[in-house]
Amino acid sequence: MTVDVIRAGLLTTVQDLGRFGMQHFGVPASGAMDAYALQVANRLVGNLGDAAALEITIAGPVLEFAADTLIALSGGDLEPVIDEKPVPMNRPVWIARGRRLAFGRCVSGCRAYLALAGGLDVEPVLGSRATYLRAALGGIAGRALKAGDRIGTQATGTERFSKLRQAERFRRDGFAAPRWSVQAWSGQWMMQPPRIRFVPGRHWEQLAAAQRNRFTGTAFRLGASSDRMGYRLEGASLEIGDAGHVVSEAVAFGTIQLPPDGNPIVLMADRQTIGGYPRLGEVASVDLPLLAQLKPGDALQFERIDLAGAQRLIRAQALALKQIEASIESNVKA
Amino acid sequence: MPLPEKARLTFLPLGDRALLLDVGAEAGAQTVSRVRALADYLAQLQLPGIVDLVPAICTIGIHYDPVYWGGAAEKHTAYERLVQRLGELLDDFDMLPAGAGQTQDIPVCYEPEYALDLASLARARGVSEQQVIDIHAGAQYSVYMIGFAPGFAYLGPLDERLVLPRRETPRTLVPAGSVAVANEYTGIYPGPLPGGWHIIGRTPLRLFDPARPQPSLLQSGDLVRFVPIDAQQYRSLEAGRE
Repeated sequence: MTVDVIRAGLLTTVQDLGRFGMQHFGVPASGAMDAYALQVANRLVGNLGDAAALEITIAGPVLEFAADTLIALSGGDLEPVIDEKPVPMNRPVWIARGRRLAFGRCVSGCRAYLALAGGLDVEPVLGSRATYLRAALGGIAGRALKAGDRIGTQATGTERFSKLRQAERFRRDGFAAPRWSVQAWSGQWMMQPPRIRFVPGRHWEQLAAAQRNRFTGTAFRLGASSDRMGYRLEGASLEIGDAGHVVSEAVAFGTIQLPPDGNPIVLMADRQTIGGYPRLGEVASVDLPLLAQLKPGDALQFERIDLAGAQRLIRAQALALKQIEASIESNVKA
Repeated sequence: MPLPEKARLTFLPLGDRALLLDVGAEAGAQTVSRVRALADYLAQLQLPGIVDLVPAICTIGIHYDPVYWGGAAEKHTAYERLVQRLGELLDDFDMLPAGAGQTQDIPVCYEPEYALDLASLARARGVSEQQVIDIHAGAQYSVYMIGFAPGFAYLGPLDERLVLPRRETPRTLVPAGSVAVANEYTGIYPGPLPGGWHIIGRTPLRLFDPARPQPSLLQSGDLVRFVPIDAQQYRSLEAGRE
């Protein structure tokens, strides 16, 4: 199966769960910003969770399918449409040959994940298909999609949910989806601004009590230059006391650094492997998908939790994902 | 949670799916060598549920799978279990040999067409241009860490006579292979990158190549010597590397 890129969108890249085992060579992990949504989309079409899919940012592409294809969308709702008919998210969708998938505006979040049955067939680089733009690694020649690209999948056909292709609406609308959907991870969407939990890190104790309270009491906004590498936060400039001479060391997805200007930076999927600024802490992994869906201008507030609590939440999230997989597979059999 | 007996090694959480192993020594060539030996030892153990080992100057970042290390019981966290295991494995760490890194000679052309800032560095530090070359090529360096970009090596210690803060205005594009100094480090740009270091030469070697089994020419803890070459040698080495 192949997909033709008619329009590329703002920033559409091939991503998987990341490039592991290469950070000691200075190679960033990269991978999906919202790894949870990537896995849900992949599972819906019968892929392993770490298969390569498209990460679609804010303004989506226009894609034309050269054959009937099983797809799924998860993550941010960027108003996907096929011939102006809304395409439901978080469920499998059969799209007919020659039809075009397009996107509208950001309804919620800012990153959608489009998985195709079989996974995207691009050459792995250093063990991963994830695109790392700064060093032009992975994906399609290390770059974002552009009009005229043609992407293949690794599967030639699939019987999965193939009853949908016999449905009357498949012929009429050019696509068909079941009535059921899976519950995407909601995180703490209900809170405004969203609460991003963090575990205090190496230099947290060197922050005076008043400064710590400012950190957790401020509704920060994502600065305009926030990207896949890091989120620049605006709203309070913090002063760290004597952090001494900070010796550079490893950073993680979600490390909150405090550069000299006092505006925190949260390191994201394309972060460097090592950082030399004081670090206040790390965002709880369970809230990274929520953080990944925030775009420049969006607000957020930090909430402190302890490591044991953060690791309990990881178990809960992993369990939720397992349950989603089980419910998808039971629908396959139904 | 009992800490490992060898008290100089300490563990520190780096969020909920990574930790830092600190060797508890001052930054320097000796410490880097210890860190490398420790990282090599951990790597060859091939522990399950470890996704990345990232040595730096005084620490190793250990990225792990918290679901794997969490196990079934709620009694201990994934972090506690992994620290416990690492503590057992590293009990005899003092017996690990130091100096695990390789020694590499890096040819460098210090001629003006490649050494964009050599003259200004010499002026700023009150030494001759030839002295800059002699000092830079006359020392042995340790790779303190790989970072900033794929394959970018921070090398030290740098002779005090060459220490200079970064350029006030960084270049938007530094040519690949540029050998440069800034603060207490010297380094080599693996690809065309923005950068504020003072460029004093260029190597024809390819520092980073994703097609190689070991994509980065240098690794943390390696030892490096710079060998001066002229422009003609540079060009023939560059032509021959394909």
